[in-house]
Amino acid sequence: MNSERVAAWTEAELGVEGRVLDVVRAPDGVLSARGADVDPTSADIVQLAADLVATMRVSPGCVGLAANQVGVGVRMFCVDVVEHPKTRTQHGTFVLCNAEVVESSRNERAREGCMSVPDLTGDVKRAARLTVRGELPGTGEKVEFSTDAFEARALQHEIDHTDGLLFLDRVAGAHAIYPRQTYL
Amino acid sequence: MSTDLYAVTVLGHDRPGIIAATTAGLAELGLNIEDSTMTLLRGHFAMMLLCRGGSDVAAIERALAPLAAGGDLDVAVRPVAAGPTPAAGGSAWVLTVHGGDRSGIVSAVVTEVAAAGGNITDLTTRLAGDLYLLVAELDLPVDADVAAVERAIRTAAERVGVTATLRLAEADEL
Repeated sequence: MNSERVAAWTEAELGVEGRVLDVVRAPDGVLSARGADVDPTSADIVQLAADLVATMRVSPGCVGLAANQVGVGVRMFCVDVVEHPKTRTQHGTFVLCNAEVVESSRNERAREGCMSVPDLTGDVKRAARLTVRGELPGTGEKVEFSTDAFEARALQHEIDHTDGLLFLDRVAGAHAIYPRQTYL
Repeated sequence: MSTDLYAVTVLGHDRPGIIAATTAGLAELGLNIEDSTMTLLRGHFAMMLLCRGGSDVAAIERALAPLAAGGDLDVAVRPVAAGPTPAAGGSAWVLTVHGGDRSGIVSAVVTEVAAAGGNITDLTTRLAGDLYLLVAELDLPVDADVAAVERAIRTAAERVGVTATLRLAEADEL
């Protein structure tokens, strides 16, 4: 387990300035295709990692962003749930490449939204206990760690993105989808 | 007490008080509301309810006539004769289909469900910008080849440029 290493990671390690990118929306095909595995040490992936964090930072309420969401079909995402009230265990800001779920348990149902599906939210059942593994961009270190509650949900949502799945593909039923309120 | 069952549908321009007025009319006739559903479809009011009691279609229509008087709501009443078809005892699934909006998406996908003997028990579709979304709950027969059904649905979805996901409906027994 490398919880401490992941928690200690910051985007400063990348050594490049992140740029804010445009977020693509469904039905863009890049969101429905599994991304390519990446070399976490390559320069363009390090730059994209910094860009993902920079784009997440300027997006209100954003707790995670996958590369497909900025139009790049590769398996990488960033997460930062520090400010969220439903967070228990958290590892600060981090980016994972080629991540996958190792173990999951204790399903809980909760309402999710997504920057790439701005007009809808949906109830999705996800594991509240989760172990994931992946690689850190820059050094390429392999890490494996466990988390729970909201960080677990965010990780599963982002790993789904890297597999070409949206939360819409996991909604609990026909009455588990909701238009987002718009106030005129 | 009569066990006659009536279907009442109310469709039209949304405003506060439609449900209150409808149910007050039914209550005056001593009708008991059983299953009902109401939603807004692109902002339009849509309600269906099944009510049971000793009345008749003409009396129910009279009781609900004030609702339709403004001309912006359609009210329909009809007797329901047949009992429900018992569940076949297969497996329950959730189907999600999404992609760029175009005509024929629902038809292309549900045709495959029907061809497999599947019965859709709940359906929602939403158009949000360019994104078309369908979520259906469906029962497949006991002897259904689920992998083949899923392949057929995915292929049909691809033909109309959308993606489809079929998952077992999970119910947690507590």
